[in-house]
Formats: sequence, C-alpha cells, structure tokens
Amino acid sequence: MAFDYDKWIRPGKLPHIWCPGCGHGIVMKGLIRALDSLQLKKENTAIVSGIGCASRLPGYMDCCTLHTAHGRAAAFATGVKMAKPEMNVILVGGDGDGTAIGGNHFIHACRRNIDMTYIIMNNYIYGMTGGQFSPATPTGHKASTTPYGNPDPAFDIAKLAIGAGATFVARGTAYHAAQLDKLIAEAIQHKGFSVVEILDDCPTTYGRRNKYKSVVEMMNRLKEVAVPVKAAEKMTAEQLQGKVLTGVLYKEERAEYTAEYAKVIERAQAAK
Amino acid sequence: MSRYELRFSGAGGQGLITAGIIMAKAASIYEGKQSVQSQSYGPEARGGASKSEVIISDGPIDYPKVTKCDALLAMTQEACNKYSDDLKEGGVLLYDSDLVTKLPEGNFKRVGFNIINTAKNDVGREIVANIVALGAMVALTGQVSRENAEKAVLSSVPEAFLELNKKAFSMGYEKAEAAAKG
Amino acid sequence: MSKKVAFLQGNEAAALGGIYAGCNFFGGYPITPSTEVAEVMSVELPKVGGKFIQMEDEIGAMAAILGASLAGSKVMTSTSGPGLSLKQELIGYGCIAEIPCVVYNVMRGGPSTGMPTGPSQSDVMCAKWGTHGDHPAICLTPASVQETYEEVIRAFNLSEKYRTPVMVMPDEIVAHMRERIVFPEPGEIEVIPRKTPTVEPAQYKPYDTSYGDVPPLAAFGSGYKFHVTGLNKLPDGFPTTKAEYVQAEEERQVRKVDANADDIIQFEEYMLDDAEIAVVAYGSTSRSARYAVNIAREQGIKAGMFRIKTFWPFPDKQIKALAQKVKGFIVPEMNLGMCSIEVERCAQGKAVILGINRVDGEPVNPDQILEKMKEVK
Repeated sequence: MAFDYDKWIRPGKLPHIWCPGCGHGIVMKGLIRALDSLQLKKENTAIVSGIGCASRLPGYMDCCTLHTAHGRAAAFATGVKMAKPEMNVILVGGDGDGTAIGGNHFIHACRRNIDMTYIIMNNYIYGMTGGQFSPATPTGHKASTTPYGNPDPAFDIAKLAIGAGATFVARGTAYHAAQLDKLIAEAIQHKGFSVVEILDDCPTTYGRRNKYKSVVEMMNRLKEVAVPVKAAEKMTAEQLQGKVLTGVLYKEERAEYTAEYAKVIERAQAAK
Repeated sequence: MSRYELRFSGAGGQGLITAGIIMAKAASIYEGKQSVQSQSYGPEARGGASKSEVIISDGPIDYPKVTKCDALLAMTQEACNKYSDDLKEGGVLLYDSDLVTKLPEGNFKRVGFNIINTAKNDVGREIVANIVALGAMVALTGQVSRENAEKAVLSSVPEAFLELNKKAFSMGYEKAEAAAKG
Repeated sequence: MSKKVAFLQGNEAAALGGIYAGCNFFGGYPITPSTEVAEVMSVELPKVGGKFIQMEDEIGAMAAILGASLAGSKVMTSTSGPGLSLKQELIGYGCIAEIPCVVYNVMRGGPSTGMPTGPSQSDVMCAKWGTHGDHPAICLTPASVQETYEEVIRAFNLSEKYRTPVMVMPDEIVAHMRERIVFPEPGEIEVIPRKTPTVEPAQYKPYDTSYGDVPPLAAFGSGYKFHVTGLNKLPDGFPTTKAEYVQAEEERQVRKVDANADDIIQFEEYMLDDAEIAVVAYGSTSRSARYAVNIAREQGIKAGMFRIKTFWPFPDKQIKALAQKVKGFIVPEMNLGMCSIEVERCAQGKAVILGINRVDGEPVNPDQILEKMKEVK
C-alpha cells in the first residue's frame, strides 16, 4: 500500500508554494516518513523555520509549527526546547537563511549541542527573493547579484556544523529521496544537535542562470556528485575530485544542553 | 528637611562604590532613615575617576544626586580636584594624606590620614582601604551610628572576612576621630 | 510579621519583580548598563525551577524568549540602546504574532555605542516607532527601585492580558541607583495569568477574534497544534494577503492596546490642583522635577508635576486637559526633546512648552528646572 503522506499534512494547506522541479517537496516527504517511522506525536513535535522557500515547509505540516523571522529559526527553537525539553524540535530552512543571516544562531546551536534536528535544504541560492548568491553558491557561478560569476568562496555546510560542535552531521540529496527518511530519523533520534544538509535544486533561479537545461539535468548532477561515505573509503583522492560525501559524516556523544541545564537547576536548588 | 549628601570618590577598583552602598544601607536598613546611592564611572574596572554618591534623609529623597556636598571622601588627588568644587561651607573633606597633597580652598573641615597605608600596614590588607575610609566617614558625618554602620558592613562582606572588615572599620573610625580632634 | 526588605539596585529589583510575576524563562545577552538583570536571573531563576540562557547575540535572546513564550513560559529579556535596536525586528514579530513578553531596556546615551555608562532617556520613541510597521506599543518608565520592581510585574500582567510585548524602560540612573525596597508578600500584588483556550484542540484558532480583541493563546506541547508566522495572518494563523483580513488584523492589534488606554496608562499628579506651571517628567528626571516643584512652592511659584509612569500609550487625555489649565509646560528630559513632541501634540497650542534637554550624560538637575520656570510668563 502506498505511504499515506496526508496524515501528516495539515488539511487544506496544499498546494504548496514551491515551483515545479523544486526538491523541497521531496525533503518534506522524507521528513514525513521519518516522523512516521519514529511514531512521533504531532502535538509534541515543533517544526521551526526562518524565511525563504524552504522555510514555508512548517505551514504544511500538521504539528506545532513556527515560521519565524529570517535566520532566526535556531534561536526561536532554542527557546521552545529550553521551555519544553520533552518536545521534539525540528528546524527546517535553506542555505542562505541558515548560514548567512542565521549563521550566528546556527553555529551556537551546534556548540550548545541542544537536542534539536536542523534540516538545511541547500539549493545554493536565495530562491524566494529571485536568485541572489548565498554563502553556499559555488565560486564562479551565476546569480542575480553575481552577473560576472560569484567571487565568493562557498561554505561546506556540513563541515561548518562539525567545526561548530554539532554532534551528528549527515548529508543527503533530493535525488536520493529514498534515503532521506533514514538519515532524518537517525538525526532526530540522536541526543544532541543534529544537522542534515540536503543538496537540493532550484531550477527557477539557479538552474537557468547556470546552464542547466532541465530539472532532470540538475537532479542528475546530484546523482553524479554524491558519493556515500562508505564507498568513498575505497576511492582515491583523484576519484573523489568534485564529489560530495553523503550519509552520516560525523557522530559523537556529548553532554546535551537541556540535560546540562537540568543539572544547573539541581545545583541551584541544592545551594538554596 | 534633613537632606545630607555624601560623595565617595577615588579611582576605579578602590571599592568606593561598595563603601557608598554600605553607608546607604546602614542609613536605610539599620538607622531607620531613607537613603539613595548612585554612582558614576567610566568603562574601566580598575583606574579612572570613580564616584559613589549617597543621600541620607529623614524623609523621601527626590533628586538622587548630590546638589551641595556635605561630606566628600577623596582617595586620589585627581578625585579631589574633580569633585571638591561643590563642597558645602561647613562641610567636611576626608582625604588620604599620602595621596592627596594639594587641598582645595574653602570654608570646610579637612581631615586627612593615611587611609590606604592604614589598611595595608595596620589592618593587614590593602583591599579593605574602602572600609577604613567608610569607618572614617561614619565618624566624621554622624549620619548613622557606629553600631548600625558596623552591622551594615558585616552584612555586606563575605563571611570569611568578617573580622578583617570589622577591624578595618574600627581603625578608620578611630583614626578619623583622632585626626579630627588633632 | 514584618515584610522583607533589602537595599537594591533598580536592575536587581527588575529581576526579582520578574520572578514575583512568574517569569520562568529569561534570555539574555551582556550589555551595559543592564547586565545585572541577567546576572541576578542566572542566580535566581534556576532556584525556582526557571531557566536562564545567555544567547549568542541580542537578536538571539529576543528570539529565544518568543520561542519559550509560545511554549508556555512567562518570559523576559533585558538590554540597552544598541541591543534594543537589534531586538526591534523581533519585537515586531512579537507584535504581529501576538506573543507575550517583557523587554526591559535601560536607557543609556546613544545613538550607537554612545555613552554606555551614562544616563539617557532617548529610547522612548524607539519603544513606539523602533520596529517597522503599525503595531501596538506599551512602555513603562519607572522612577525608583521599588517602582521598577512593581512595574516589571505590571509589565508581565499587561503583556499577558493584551498578548503583546511590553517594554519597561528605566534610565540608567534608576537602573543603577540603590534604594530600600519592601517586597510584597506572595498574592499581595495581582499576577495575571495567560488566557488559554477552552475549546478542543481541533477547534482552536490562535487568532480567533470571536473571543474579543485578545484571543486565547495555547502553548506548544500542551496538546494544541497550531501555526505561528510573522506574515499577516488569518484567524487560524496561516498567511494571507487578502486585503480585508490584513486591514482588520492590523487594526485589531493596535486597537487592543489603544482602546484599553485607560486600563494601561498610569500617572501621578503632584501639586497640580492650582498649578500654573506643569512639569511633565518621567524616570529619574521626575525626581529632579519633584525636588524643583517643592522649592518652587516655597518660593510662592505655583508649580506642579505630571509624572508619566506609562509612556506608551501616551497620556493624551490627561495632558490635553492640563493644557486647558496651565500657562505652560516644562518638559525636562535626557534627550533632545522626545516627550516634548508628544506634549506639544496633546497641548494643541493651548499652553507654552519649554524643554530642558540634556544629552551630556548628566541628569537634569533641579536648578535647571527652577530656572526654566521663570521663563513661563
């Protein structure tokens, strides 16, 4: 029997705003399968976002949903999680929202290791505002504000998360749709701050400026560049040139923030 | 109304804000009067001119800052120069005699002794110079009783340093009394 | 039994007032001259099971309290000038999404870094016009340590009652000044709880105006699923660009405060009965004003003071009435004439308005006010 996505979708809230060919819907379906597989309670699950195309995702989900201001998802979510540590808190958003305007909140959420999962849909562009370059746009690529080619180097978002202290970091792609639910589910189950970067596409504002002839071609690129970490172990540096590792890239166990704060309360009350 | 205005001045890090707070606390918590303490300071935690002002009154206090200073403590020459202008006729200036050598002109009492060195040599710790100065200010101003001021000192300092501060306070009180007479 | 007393700073009293009001989440970021609030909260909140978090920046602190408030906490943050500028974006979010929270802002010199340890009253316009768009504004300006404690409690009450951010803005003098404070017993000052929904979760709409201008607010994690956004929204919380909804929502958000101005506005009239000169003052400046009025009366000058406790909504009605009675207003403030603009607006040319404006980091002293009284003819 086909998987019933509707039970997680808010009645009456579709169709979504995403363009034909956009991968965000694929990610949303992956998230829904993950939530379903973990049998999370909708009313005990908060989905928090910033601003941008990807950040419209929470509105479609039948949970406690919070569409915040540009870049601020991680900081709002930190407040939700601190207030109700028993809630499952999931953040969604794009590369510009999360790593430019929200970069500070992002790295500090990683550092605190607060038990939340951040799904970053990286489509290399600010889509909603019409295709300006983001911190993830590759050098040399075209955007509406890099008409002569992007002079900026790009962030490796997964490495950024690892460097900032996230204790679970994974990467998937919108092409490898079937694997997304497992990656996301594992991230949610991880006790600590988990980041799942999902390489995505924006045919409307990125593809057409960078000579992708079709959505299929963009999807094919994701297929070609992705190399699972296990497979990469057997490959030479030369073979890995231009490739992007996918799967669980990093995992460690470290003290989780809300649990640590519970100890602060204990110490304060013992000293009273 | 019985408005009495004190100013504790010196360099940041000398503990003068604390001295002002304790004086104000002595008045409003232990003496049954009303008091307001305020301060002004620069960005530096150590050094730079710093002042702490205390207004003591039998009734409500409106303006929280000094208008005409009844009693001024100057722990550095810089502070003495900067803050002695509005010292009242008949008021009192207490100064550290090792550090303040040029005294302002005016019709007010001048009482000096080696406050910091008293703390360092007689009490044994330079850090309590502010409490030595406080003891002296209590003696010279008569706004709060010696007992109530001592209570305020003891309720404001860490338990491990009660004796040290008690000694500093007494030493300051007595030296000021002696200096004022002599 | 005698009440508990202490000798405290305005900022310390603000934190303790917050705890009395039931604050159980504080998001902070260090900034002079308000940091003491965060420091006291970090000590006291965990003792009562509450939570303190120091965020990565001012915006983060504002975001965290809004998130925690939506999860059912009573929340507060503290800041000063530059931090208030940074928080404005999300204060606007709190207004449109209608999230109760208390923003305590100590006014220091500005703009920008200005004079971090110097007093000022130049943020009062920022409290109303700082964030973009039309929105409600409530701002309280306490004048003593005791009042700071009590006004923080009132700020919590107003923010819960009207489901909107409320600002408490002492100037640096009040925030750092120390005075004796008498603590109220539990229950002595009313603490207003949040209005939560009584309908079944399936029927709940976070902006359902059938309950009046202030709809009940459910908490995340309490069995209710709902959507919150910073976009203009429908009663169910979902975005809309439909003109009739947007217009009605915007008007309601402002109306819920403005139509209840009489409930929100507090002020003090001092010796105004026969006054020919009314000094309009707030915060520490009102203490200079009272001092000056007392001396003026001794000299036979018919002066009085109108002390603003609620700066926003502004006491329009009261100033308007006063303008019919007095010859002139004196408006002393530590800015270049912000309250003056409001007094002018209300007075409608019926009385002379003379400002005393200091932005040099020094308080307006009573002598300046007395001097100015001579100019009222």
